[in-house]
Amino acid sequence: MREVIIIGSGPAGYTAAIYAARAGLKPLMIASSVEPGGELMKTTEVENFPGFPGGLMGPDLMAKFQEQAESFGTEILLQDVVEVDLKANPKIVKCGNGEVFEAKAVILATGAAYRELGLPNEKALSGHGVSWCATCDGFFFREKTIAVVGGGDSAMEEALFLTRFASKVYVIHRRDTLKASKIMQDRAKANPKIEFIWNAGVEALLGETKLSGVKLKDTVTGQESEMGLDGLFIAIGNDPRVWLVENQLQLTEEKFIKVEGRSSKTTIEGVFACGDVIDPTYRQAITAAGSGCVAALDAEHYISSH
Amino acid sequence: MGTKNVTTASFQADVLDNPKPVMVDFWAEWCGPCRMVSPILDEIATEYSDKIEIVKVNVDEEPELAMKYGVTGIPMMAVFQGGAIAKQMVGARPKNAIVEDLASFLA
Repeated sequence: MREVIIIGSGPAGYTAAIYAARAGLKPLMIASSVEPGGELMKTTEVENFPGFPGGLMGPDLMAKFQEQAESFGTEILLQDVVEVDLKANPKIVKCGNGEVFEAKAVILATGAAYRELGLPNEKALSGHGVSWCATCDGFFFREKTIAVVGGGDSAMEEALFLTRFASKVYVIHRRDTLKASKIMQDRAKANPKIEFIWNAGVEALLGETKLSGVKLKDTVTGQESEMGLDGLFIAIGNDPRVWLVENQLQLTEEKFIKVEGRSSKTTIEGVFACGDVIDPTYRQAITAAGSGCVAALDAEHYISSH
Repeated sequence: MGTKNVTTASFQADVLDNPKPVMVDFWAEWCGPCRMVSPILDEIATEYSDKIEIVKVNVDEEPELAMKYGVTGIPMMAVFQGGAIAKQMVGARPKNAIVEDLASFLA
């Protein structure tokens, strides 16, 4: 039996692993088979992580997290958790390859997954003009006309990155003001390739086998219009990944894992949660890391007192 | 049997005229998710070598193929049967999810 299993491998999971490993708990991190490193693996330059004044690439930052976690004895498994029994004692964690692990404590750091527009042909056109990852797919849109949907920092980052390839990048946003930080707004507004389309919602995706455009609806006047596009990047936020635990743990109204006060304690003893899966507000690498630290300290305390 | 590289020149013979279903993995060096899913596809190719063939198309080297099949996101895995696309999946996914999606070809 393990002392502690950490599910997830973003900044929260790795920070929990560093603290738990330094406490001698020999944590097992189940990092996912195809998405280890979490959201930062899809980003480019990270300029606001303290300690790196020159900035660094998201994947490089995650490689440093991993190196630090492993240097203290974290065991990392590239598998996907498919089922958990958190009420059992010890707690049971099953992986996609059939392996089953037992642990005294479990730390959930499963993060959040990108949100879809919810349009009927969205899945079918995914990879054929519709994308959620500019750094992955921007390459295919050299000298093309594309749009980004969203008004937050990640939408601005995607739009700015895509100007490297595309001849024109529209930003389609439901309101007339952005949620993005001032520095990102200023950069996007100053970029000659970027044009904002305010008060517009995407009503439909046009095209049979390949995206040809979108139907927009003005959120103020209700007027509908169509625009031709080669690509559409969706950056309208993330939803916490709770499907593994939603029938076992209490969630908040917004479907995040509920934790007690400023701690990482969930509604089951010995089960802790941290990072984006508990955070509807801040969702930064550094806040996730801080939250991962809290979870490791809570788990350490729980293990030593049981 | 692992996965072999297919080019524009060999696509007809290796994929379109192949009597077996062929899953084409459209990928690129710079694509992180492609690198993660690649060993998984090698495993599936070996385990199910009597049912399905898995081949790779490098989209940087073979832009015509990527364009012909409207690929704008990778990894894109398209299963060709009888010369036409019978199923496609986008994005790196765990092995069991890919195998599940391929069930009708592996039966």
